[in-house]
Amino acid sequence: MSSSNHSRKNVVKLMFGLTVIIIIVRLFTLQLVSSKYKTLADDQGTFRKVVYPDRGLIYDRKGRAILQNTIIYDLMVVPSKIKGTDTMALCNILGIDTAEFRKRIITAIIKNRSYRPSVFEPLLSDEKMAKLNENLYRFAPGYYLQERPVRDYPYDAGGNILGYLSEVDTNFLKKHENEGYVSGDYAGKTGLELSYEKVLMGQRGIEYLKRDNKNRITGKLENGLYDTAAISGQNLYTSLDIELQSFGEELMENKVGAIVAIDPQTGGILAMVSSPTYKPRLLTGSERKKHYVELLLDPRIPFLNRTIGAYYAPGSTFKTLQGLLGLHERVIDAKTTFSCNGAFYGCGKPMRCLDPGVWALQGAITHSCNTYFAHVMQRVINNPKYENIDSSLNAWARYMNAFGLGVKLGVDLPFEKAGRIPTAATYNKIYGKGRWNFCTFRSVSIGQGEVESTPLQVANEMAYLANKGWYIAPHVVDSIDGGDKFGLLEPYKIKHTAVDIADSLFEAIHDGMQGVMESGTGRRAKVPGIVVCGKTGTVENSYKGVKQKDHAFFSAFAPRHNPRIAIAVICENAGFGASSAAPIASLMIEKYLKDSIEGKERKERAEQIKKMNLMPPRLVSAMRTHDSLMHKRDSAYLIAKGYIKIAKDTTGIAEEDDSDALDNFKKTEKENKNKENRTDSLPTSAILPGAMRPLSDTSKPRTNR
Amino acid sequence: MSNQPVIAKGVDWLTVWLYALLVIIGLISIFSAEYKTGDDFFQQLLGFEKNYSKQVMYFGICLVIAVFILLSDSKVFPATANLLYVVGVVLMIATFLIGKEVKGSKSWIPLGFMNLQPVETAKIFTSLALAKYLSLPDLDLKQPRSQAIAAGIAFLPIVFSVLQNETGLALVYFAFLLPMYREGLPSVYLISGASLAGLLIVTLLLPTNTLMLVLTVLAALIILFMRKSFKRNSKSLLMIVLFWGASMLFVGMVVPFMFKSVFQKHQADRIFSLVGKDNPFISADTAVMDTKKPVRKKPVENYNVKQSKIAIGSGGLTGKGFLKGTQTQGDFVPEQHTDFIFTAVGENFGFVGSTLVVLLYAALLFRIIFLAERQRSTFSRAYAYCVAGILFFHVLVNIGMTIGLAPVIGITLPLMSYGGSSLLTFTILIFILLKLDSDRQMVIR
Repeated sequence: MSSSNHSRKNVVKLMFGLTVIIIIVRLFTLQLVSSKYKTLADDQGTFRKVVYPDRGLIYDRKGRAILQNTIIYDLMVVPSKIKGTDTMALCNILGIDTAEFRKRIITAIIKNRSYRPSVFEPLLSDEKMAKLNENLYRFAPGYYLQERPVRDYPYDAGGNILGYLSEVDTNFLKKHENEGYVSGDYAGKTGLELSYEKVLMGQRGIEYLKRDNKNRITGKLENGLYDTAAISGQNLYTSLDIELQSFGEELMENKVGAIVAIDPQTGGILAMVSSPTYKPRLLTGSERKKHYVELLLDPRIPFLNRTIGAYYAPGSTFKTLQGLLGLHERVIDAKTTFSCNGAFYGCGKPMRCLDPGVWALQGAITHSCNTYFAHVMQRVINNPKYENIDSSLNAWARYMNAFGLGVKLGVDLPFEKAGRIPTAATYNKIYGKGRWNFCTFRSVSIGQGEVESTPLQVANEMAYLANKGWYIAPHVVDSIDGGDKFGLLEPYKIKHTAVDIADSLFEAIHDGMQGVMESGTGRRAKVPGIVVCGKTGTVENSYKGVKQKDHAFFSAFAPRHNPRIAIAVICENAGFGASSAAPIASLMIEKYLKDSIEGKERKERAEQIKKMNLMPPRLVSAMRTHDSLMHKRDSAYLIAKGYIKIAKDTTGIAEEDDSDALDNFKKTEKENKNKENRTDSLPTSAILPGAMRPLSDTSKPRTNR
Repeated sequence: MSNQPVIAKGVDWLTVWLYALLVIIGLISIFSAEYKTGDDFFQQLLGFEKNYSKQVMYFGICLVIAVFILLSDSKVFPATANLLYVVGVVLMIATFLIGKEVKGSKSWIPLGFMNLQPVETAKIFTSLALAKYLSLPDLDLKQPRSQAIAAGIAFLPIVFSVLQNETGLALVYFAFLLPMYREGLPSVYLISGASLAGLLIVTLLLPTNTLMLVLTVLAALIILFMRKSFKRNSKSLLMIVLFWGASMLFVGMVVPFMFKSVFQKHQADRIFSLVGKDNPFISADTAVMDTKKPVRKKPVENYNVKQSKIAIGSGGLTGKGFLKGTQTQGDFVPEQHTDFIFTAVGENFGFVGSTLVVLLYAALLFRIIFLAERQRSTFSRAYAYCVAGILFFHVLVNIGMTIGLAPVIGITLPLMSYGGSSLLTFTILIFILLKLDSDRQMVIR
């Protein structure tokens, strides 16, 4: 009976065989054909961790670290492990109530689930950190501290030079697509942090880690076979003198303006003060966001680096170059004299002059004679060797560009402005071709009108004069630890000697500038024991068509022989140049050359200047309006928006995610939307450097010294 | 013959090697699913705290029992088959009284060193009893009475399994259709079983009304085309009408009834998730509860199956290497050491490794058929087919569910999955077969 069913074994075998084939075919498609599962497995089973290298440090010329790294701690929580810990004690240390505690825990659970760590309180202050550290055992294992490297400014100075870091945004990521940034990274936003980002950031490492089903890290993948090590950022050695910088910042307190000091031999920047500035430490640590928004909304625009981002008419400091050019063009010589009897009458309407007399070049510089330099420039422009006024003015402009004016100098800091040197095109555009002559722009001869320069350009002009005919583009960084792989420092190895001018001509200018210090307008800027060559300037200006108090200017280099420092100082709306700018320059020179301020009288002078308050009244009132607006929160949102836009446009700082702060304003704004009329509180008084000199004022004759 | 018991005599060593190889691969896989870098291997092995170390212990016990079986007299198995079957049934009943609940199923009897699952071990007794019945002289499986008795013996444990919430294990007993088929059960059962399964799948895939319409149209078309032959043979018309009626009944009544009342909700869901659909047969009370939950539009693939497929699918050609599988090491696959042990092989050793394992099972199955067919006694052959059937069903469904071809019904991968009961059952099943085979010359029945 059973033998009749013998053939059925083949049916069974066929069934087994088919099943095995089906399974193997399925395995083939799963494991070899489809790549979907491989990707899914990598996504959930491995974790690509970016290892951040230490960011490069920045040193000053004496090897002092002025920007370094430090560690701040975040308090982390794993909500699934907090049962049985003393919540009250923790709340007391952190200064929060239980409602806030519950809110944070819930947020943590929503964000990261309860068995994964979340930040409970970021960037603990030193005080909280100390208390927590002592008591941490009471909160373990649900809470622990996690290191977070942040930047630290040991001297808390030079914020505008050093810059700060901020989280990268989508625009940045798009721009730097293949440079290894991911969202959440920090990158330099301004200052050296930005311009040397490539060098400072170092090279990121990548660690491949294994994850388990609850997203916990369980160890390294393949014992780190595929990992790449992080390489720390390169250190920068700068030419800054951090003590000089701090001293400069103190001197400029409660003043609006700038100081730039350059080593003329190297082009290295010794100090670069923009005032009002901010303490860079405000932008590290637990209160960063709050401070950042405050600074951004401040009508004094502390983020603006005025030394390169604002420009002013150079005023009388410009006369030195005008004289030099006159000598070089042979329209005058050192002995040529012009007489001044109260005004320059060359153009019908007189241009006032305060120093009547007959002046040769040296005396004209020393006494800052307007008439003299009007004559000089008139001769340059009307020089018969040029066929018409267009070509002569353009030739003049080319000289000025060669002296580093009206062009970007190429300093290693971001957002440098070029300033302005007028050319024929400038006036053709305003008045039409052939419808202007020297008299149209005579005020340019004394550094007013269409000529504008940044404080850095003025300092560089001093370096050029000091070197008798060459300059190296001013820069902050001297050398890069481990080599300049990106050629960032190449531009600072070139000596710019565009025009070949005889040394003797420079001596003539130096004589005049030395005279300024000894018998002229800069007597108050004398530095005991040092021969300084300087030039004062008093710059007329107006804001929104309203004439403002003059800007005080002073530029100098010292010592006259073998000069080691070239300096430019501007105090906005401080009046006569000799009263504030000159003594500040003199103190800076003394501090740098002698390493300290000597003598009781000089020290008192320094203290007196530090205390001097030269805040322009319009800015004081702007501050007052700002403060009161900040209290009226409903309109603050609009103000904030306006200010942030203005501040960004002015400082050139790229976007930062300030939407949080704005949202806060927005919330309260909504509530009070219909209660108040907002038109009266619109930003009427943001103070912008661009608005300082409207073009329409330029042809007015003006006094200048 | 000789009084000297020689274990090795006449034993089919190929089967033994295949058995040992699969158990060892299983041990390695359990180890890889459990071991974490830095664990103290020796301490854990000796401490019997970890699953793999326990499995080593079970393997030891199994080897002792295997030797014991090989030393026994092969006559004892047919002689005690019916008695053992009764013992098995008693054990299954006893489970209701002294059973211990493990993972929602009260089907375990604690023995101290391990938990015994009578429904699992009952496979042995059922195999023996069924073989015994099938080897009765003059048995004709074409007769409904014999069919009913054979089915009764084979399917009685299903009742206990279902009552103990072990539906997956219950399904295994359908594997006994294989020896019954081999011993003369008419093919129509297998064919109608297969068409029923086919109809079931279509029922799951298509809406009931559409399917009923299609079936009716199909029947009408057949009648239309065959109307001439009906004049000669009116019986075939009746057959077609009967088939149509049965299908309609199945589609319209039986399947909904099974999914509403027989299967657990999660089981029904799993079966539907396999064909990529939501379970439409949710009974009224659960439906009310479900309305409170957000409605999911897309059927969610079973988490276990998804993780299992990810683990296997990421293995590639040669796998990630021993202890290097990220999914295995990260505990992503639930129940990996038991029902989903195949995923560890798939991830760590890739297509090569998993195919090798499948081929090892195939070799074992074919070897068992080979052994079966060389038996002189019907008892031994029928028993061998029982073993082959059970093994085949387990391997097919277990591997099938790890690669998304079969519903997740929670049955082990024979010899490889962690678990004393399962390993012990298959060891005993295989070694009784080996004992019977080694004595095939002397036992003539």
